[in-house]
Amino acid sequence: MKDAIQSRLPFYSFFAFTFVMCAIPAEAHLNSTGMGPFYDGFAHFILSPEDIIPVIALALLAGLRGANYGRRTLFVLPTAWLLGGLFGVMRSTSSNNAVLSAAWFLLLGGLLAADAKLSLRVTTALAAFLGVYHGYLNGEGMGQSANTAVALLGLVFVVFLLVALAAAFVVRLRKQWARIAVRVAGSWIAASGLLMLGWAVRAR
Amino acid sequence: MNTPRQRPMVREVVLALFVFLCAEMAFAHPQKGEAVGFLTGFRHPLSGLDHVLAMVAVGLWGAQLGSPAIWVLPVAFPMVMAVGGMLGLMGVPLPWTEYGIALSAILLGAAVMFEVRPRLGIAAALVGFFAIFHGHAHGTELPPGQSALLYSMGFVIATGCLHALGIGIGTVHRWVWGQKLLRIAGALVAVGGTLFMWKAVA
Repeated sequence: MKDAIQSRLPFYSFFAFTFVMCAIPAEAHLNSTGMGPFYDGFAHFILSPEDIIPVIALALLAGLRGANYGRRTLFVLPTAWLLGGLFGVMRSTSSNNAVLSAAWFLLLGGLLAADAKLSLRVTTALAAFLGVYHGYLNGEGMGQSANTAVALLGLVFVVFLLVALAAAFVVRLRKQWARIAVRVAGSWIAASGLLMLGWAVRAR
Repeated sequence: MNTPRQRPMVREVVLALFVFLCAEMAFAHPQKGEAVGFLTGFRHPLSGLDHVLAMVAVGLWGAQLGSPAIWVLPVAFPMVMAVGGMLGLMGVPLPWTEYGIALSAILLGAAVMFEVRPRLGIAAALVGFFAIFHGHAHGTELPPGQSALLYSMGFVIATGCLHALGIGIGTVHRWVWGQKLLRIAGALVAVGGTLFMWKAVA
């Protein structure tokens, strides 16, 4: 039974990965899913790879360090995201910086690839900065309306969910090759960050 | 009856259906070279045989050298290749790019053919050095498009998959016949690199 469950994991991972990669480009304003503002916020995050990838990288990094790190990230990142989002909603002007987004990819992917032995304090600070920065960008992109706060809650909920799943997935990995595979994923994220940096500089 | 033989087939059909449903919108005219998304980025490293040969050879060599080279080399290559790609995108010139790419296939193929076993640092430095040429060639060929992120991810993942293909083929190294087969594969890569060098010089 256990073998049967394990054998399906690559299939579901590939399915989810294909779904994420087929996402349409994210737009600054919240798109309506027809299921209410909570799910609008949920969908906003799911359709934004530039938000998802750093969250996954941080969750994998925390998971590699152990359950304690995972738990800390699980609560700090969504809280910081919410605070940043509320602040962003109040400003409501777009200030997305492609170089900074690429830098997050590079930093978190590089740390993950190197399996950096960060202290719990540094990991917490990383989660707080990432949450505030991306939450702020999300908040200012959503615009001011009566439902924005609910949409923000949906967005924060999916951040919580993603961190919980990704960190828990890595915490239970014991085999050396599986942990190396996670680090290889980190190197891919860092390499993507480098290329994004090139695109950003070229576009200027 | 839902037998164990039938179940994987159902999974594959569902997956294939899903991938077809996610197909990109067709346009009347081809959009040559535009970075339109993940699939365009994924296709780019596969578009040139010289790139494919070198990237598969990195995986073959890593598998031949064993741990930790089996994962250090395929990690080093995309990272340094991205640096080269970044330089290309920024317009920083790099001389003799075509020669560098052809030479990478020749030397990496020869390393596999003769089962060269240098120290890990030297092997990683050699692979990284050639990765800059590959990345730069890709970077200069790409005009800006819609989604730099998805394009970049597709590009890097395709490179990683080519390394994984090389590693997968390289697992035959555990058998005596497999070791011979790998050396022949290395020779083929080196011959391919020589042909590309000939084209570059001519």
